[in-house]
Amino acid sequence: MAEIDFQHIGISAMAGAVPKSRIKNREYTKHFSRDAVNDIVDKTGVEERRFAAENQTASDLCYAAAEQLFLDNSIQKSEIDILLFVSQTPDYKMPATSVILQHRLGLPKSTAAFDINLGCSGFVYGLSVAYAYANMPSIGKVLLLDGETRSKVYHPKDRKTGFIFGDAGIAAVIEKNENLGKSTFSLNSDGSKSDLIKIDAGGYRNPSSKSSVEEKVVDEHGNIRTDEHGYMNGADVFNFVLREIPKNIKNTLKRANTRLTDCDFIVCHQANKFMNDYLARKLKLDKTKVPSTIEKYGNTSSVSIPITIVDQLKDKLEGHKILLLSGFGVGMSWASAVIPVCDVSIADIVEV
Amino acid sequence: MKDKFMDVFKEALEMEDEKVNFDDALADFDTWDSMSRLSLIALLDEHFEVEISDAEFDDIETVNELFELVKNRAA
Repeated sequence: MAEIDFQHIGISAMAGAVPKSRIKNREYTKHFSRDAVNDIVDKTGVEERRFAAENQTASDLCYAAAEQLFLDNSIQKSEIDILLFVSQTPDYKMPATSVILQHRLGLPKSTAAFDINLGCSGFVYGLSVAYAYANMPSIGKVLLLDGETRSKVYHPKDRKTGFIFGDAGIAAVIEKNENLGKSTFSLNSDGSKSDLIKIDAGGYRNPSSKSSVEEKVVDEHGNIRTDEHGYMNGADVFNFVLREIPKNIKNTLKRANTRLTDCDFIVCHQANKFMNDYLARKLKLDKTKVPSTIEKYGNTSSVSIPITIVDQLKDKLEGHKILLLSGFGVGMSWASAVIPVCDVSIADIVEV
Repeated sequence: MKDKFMDVFKEALEMEDEKVNFDDALADFDTWDSMSRLSLIALLDEHFEVEISDAEFDDIETVNELFELVKNRAA
């Protein structure tokens, strides 16, 4: 069972970056009628998203966020011992994007760098890895980068996914802090549901071919995509979330010996407004403690939790606060954490 | 339970003011799509603590078949 506690470790600084290009969903009517689009937006709550330019990648967004973080704080690049990059939209199949970022950011060659390939649960997973390294006596600061260009994963002619996803990147520094108490993580996986959210082709199981890049009608509703675009079985993802996430959040709080009412903010993966609202209602969450960015950035997969913190909780994390985080999705993979934070330095979001 | 189920079903499909019969076919409702499935999943969870998979939804043809499934599972 992957339930993990840490003492005296925490996030000290964060920064975020989003692409300049702003997609207004209600005006995104190239492939579907205005009425159909309005229906989708009313339900999913995604009014706007950011789309990376054709040559702009998740690592470009993380690079911009990281440079802003170094600019805003008195953190030296030479202090970074570990660089983690969480993403499912890397620059290349090889080498690992984190290694490219080590050089691009001017970090020492003595920095360990590796990628973590997870989606919506990825930030909480990545954070647990960052805490584990930061906990080691010889390690100083860990730089956690988390970026996604999910706009490039889904097909605009598939209404099940074409209006939800957006792009963003963040940077966070994790290090020892004697002022912080216990942090608790719960990490989980269920590969029997790997078909619920998936890109079928383009890897090594079903290599890229002439037919894998052909557009085709995939259901009775006339949705169109290729085998190299992502698909999602929304109904069963929702069933999974209702079955697993409230239980996981309750168990994590119990292990952390923390009541829901003790948490200052509850930051959940921004799946879509309908799902998040229902989850909040089921868990009887105090709405004032649940920040949301689904309206302005959409679902940015693993980045949705940290970009919501950077966008919505800047100036609200002074002094001691307790955050409850929960990420869930592709895998299926899900993770929750109860983490104390103290005076986190949060930069303004950069547009690139 | 039958009345409560019908209320929940109509709410999910945004058909509160319309007449729905138990032998109506789901495919004939304009609002029966992937989004109304999500609404139905939420409302069935909330009111009956019942989970219906996507494949089961695909196999169900009438309102009554859905009701029978919910009734058996809630019991």
